[in-house]
Amino acid sequence: MSTGAPKNSPTAALIVRNLRVGFGAVDPVVRGVSFEIARGECLAIVGESGSGKSVTARSLLGLAGANARVSADRLELDGQNVLGLTDRAWRARRGKTVGLVLQDALVSLDPLRPIGREIADSLRLHTTLGAAARARRVLELLDAVGLPDPARQVQKLSGQLSGGERQRALIAAAIALDPPLLIADEPTTALDVTVQAQILALLEQITLAGTAVLLISHDLAVVSHVAHRVAVMHDGLLVETGSTAQVLGSPAHVQTRRMVAAIPADKPRGTRLSLNLRAADAPPRIATTDSTVACDSTVVLEASGLSKSFRRPDGSRFLAVDDVSFVLHRGSTLGIVGESGSGKTTTARLLLALLQPDQGEVRVFGEPWSAASEKTRRGLRVGVGAIYQDSLGSFDPRWSVAEILRDALGHRQQRRAPQTTARLRSLLDEVGLAATVLPRRPLELSGGQRQRIGIARALAARPEILICDEPVSSLDVSVQAQVLDLLDDVQRDRGLSLIFISHDLGVVQHVSDQIAVMRAGRIMESGPAARVFTAPQHPYSVQLLAAVPRLSI
Amino acid sequence: MSDLEVRARLATRADRLGQPRRLGVAESVAGMLALLLLVSALAPQLLAPGDPLGIDPLSAFEPPNLAHGFGTDESGRDIYTRVVHGTQSSLLIGAAATAIGLGLGIVLGTLAGMLGRVVDFTVNRFLEVLFAFPGLLLALLFIVIFGPGVATATIAVGLSTAPGYARIIRAQLISVRSTAFVEAATVLGRTRWQILRRHILPNTLAPLFVLATLGIGQAIVWAATLSYLGLGAEPPTAEWGAMLSAGRTYITSAWWMSFFPGLFIVLTAVTATVLGRGIDRRMRHL
Repeated sequence: MSTGAPKNSPTAALIVRNLRVGFGAVDPVVRGVSFEIARGECLAIVGESGSGKSVTARSLLGLAGANARVSADRLELDGQNVLGLTDRAWRARRGKTVGLVLQDALVSLDPLRPIGREIADSLRLHTTLGAAARARRVLELLDAVGLPDPARQVQKLSGQLSGGERQRALIAAAIALDPPLLIADEPTTALDVTVQAQILALLEQITLAGTAVLLISHDLAVVSHVAHRVAVMHDGLLVETGSTAQVLGSPAHVQTRRMVAAIPADKPRGTRLSLNLRAADAPPRIATTDSTVACDSTVVLEASGLSKSFRRPDGSRFLAVDDVSFVLHRGSTLGIVGESGSGKTTTARLLLALLQPDQGEVRVFGEPWSAASEKTRRGLRVGVGAIYQDSLGSFDPRWSVAEILRDALGHRQQRRAPQTTARLRSLLDEVGLAATVLPRRPLELSGGQRQRIGIARALAARPEILICDEPVSSLDVSVQAQVLDLLDDVQRDRGLSLIFISHDLGVVQHVSDQIAVMRAGRIMESGPAARVFTAPQHPYSVQLLAAVPRLSI
Repeated sequence: MSDLEVRARLATRADRLGQPRRLGVAESVAGMLALLLLVSALAPQLLAPGDPLGIDPLSAFEPPNLAHGFGTDESGRDIYTRVVHGTQSSLLIGAAATAIGLGLGIVLGTLAGMLGRVVDFTVNRFLEVLFAFPGLLLALLFIVIFGPGVATATIAVGLSTAPGYARIIRAQLISVRSTAFVEAATVLGRTRWQILRRHILPNTLAPLFVLATLGIGQAIVWAATLSYLGLGAEPPTAEWGAMLSAGRTYITSAWWMSFFPGLFIVLTAVTATVLGRGIDRRMRHL
């Protein structure tokens, strides 16, 4: 990275003392937060969504919002007080003394302007550089953030770049003026693991160059690689702050322990990920080494030679799924892992017979499935349930939880029948929800609650196979832990066979008996989970495994 | 999402639902006007006990005064009584025309959205041809063929609004059809017909009622336009458009003859629009 003046002055880049942020009449969202970041240091604020971490970050940029009440004993950016600045004064500082990188680069970049112009904007507003000098600086920046072939990329629109490239462009824009502080709010959450590893390496490099970096994330494993210090935020307060090794190695606060326990990678199948806080001292459920108790050699689902191609807008065809074969044994979990564009979701849709394969066949319980007509298949569909990533979108927005579950039970005629009510309650009980959610609509529930309803709906028809397409990808790590534990429980209790599709190798490793690694529509490697993870054969599996976020202390 | 955030969300929702919904000034006024209009349509005698057709040549062309609040027309009929009694036919025309337009739109839109490419293509080309004509021209064409009168004017207005509704319904239907919850219903083993009835149609049509409220105002204006042109209700029927037209001859000497019916056309249309937008806003936030 080409830096300007060396930034090794001893002053902290950011000092925050007793920051409080509130909205409206309700209790403050941030309730007295203090921390500081030195130059060349990376501090990570980690917390679940709703803990107040993003509001904290936004207050540091004067972006908390018009109706926010921000107060603090001290709020200094680069040695200057920034408390109570006017909008105008903030504009002069944003980009110059503090840069921001957001989660979703697609919406953070103007879709109709080339990224080069987007990056040059801050140079145009804050410096006296001429057009040619600006263009040179943009190329330098793109080069610094590791975007290949910058001269060609500057002309592209954000929609023409991949997720990782967009995130790099966004980082380039944020560091264009070499601000002493860079705030990155969930910068890698939307990215594939291998790209995530690259972006984290880039942030580390920026820190090494002397910039103070504030990293906001819900995922402890992600930040453990780059952060020097970690602050755990919960309910508007920093409950634990310390060096990364100290906080992750010997977590003191229960919230930290919960978040550390929730990281699925390297935890054997059957281990509880969510700490039961009410019975924190109770012995953990004993992890059976032979987790495939109910597993036998009966094949319940078989895919043979599946291929599916789609037409591109320009008329050419591309193979989304290319000669994919696998079998699912009763009571076991087959994990399908791959990055975006690997054909995982198309495979899921083929398995659910929402798409017809061009070639190959899916058989369920030994019966023809993909080859059967929808009419014949309908009778078998009760045996095959599905859990979706976007659980909210999978519910009719007009329906309450009670209506959704009643519909799934197929008891529409006898809606007030006592046995229906009893079934609803037992279903909710099974997924760990109280009957109070029944009259609510999914929109009013939290992400974790929604996914529990999604699982309850899938279970209502008493399926034998569950096809889970990224069931925990949109959830926080700690909520993800609870949902994974829940899936594990229902699988044991009901002897279900699961297809578990995810981009997250850590999650797949935790839940699967068998694993198939997909890339560009093909299965690169498949086999028992333990074998694939300890001795991967294919170079791509090796690369993917290396990128899995683990706690590194 | 943590409990905190959920609680905050629920709190704001409870605010919206629990407290008497904070109505804007415009919405309150529109609500009261709508109530008055409904009373005049259903029981005009309550507000104007007189006879809307009763003539009194001695008091012709009286400007607004204490005896005749809105003045009188060339035959001495009380304009206020006539305006109140005219509400019924104007509202009826507006509602009936909207119902016709919406009904036809639902049929065409559903056909296009559900029955595959060939039907979709055919219906779309047909709608495009209809769209090429301004709505009123289409209505005029229909009247030219079937002759003037209240019934034909109503049908004409309904027909001319149908293509717009059909297009919106088709687009909405197509977007609902490809949602995740429709897929989820397929996975649960529901038939096409069950999915159409339980998920697609309700989610397609719910937003339309807002549109229909907005449409009533528009339909009333169009119906009045047709009556004004002498193609709808005919004098001496107490109908706003016809009254407006009758007053046209005397506009320089007796402005009140056109002013008050015109005022009510405008008020009704504005009321329908404000209410429609209000409902729309609430439905969006829910």
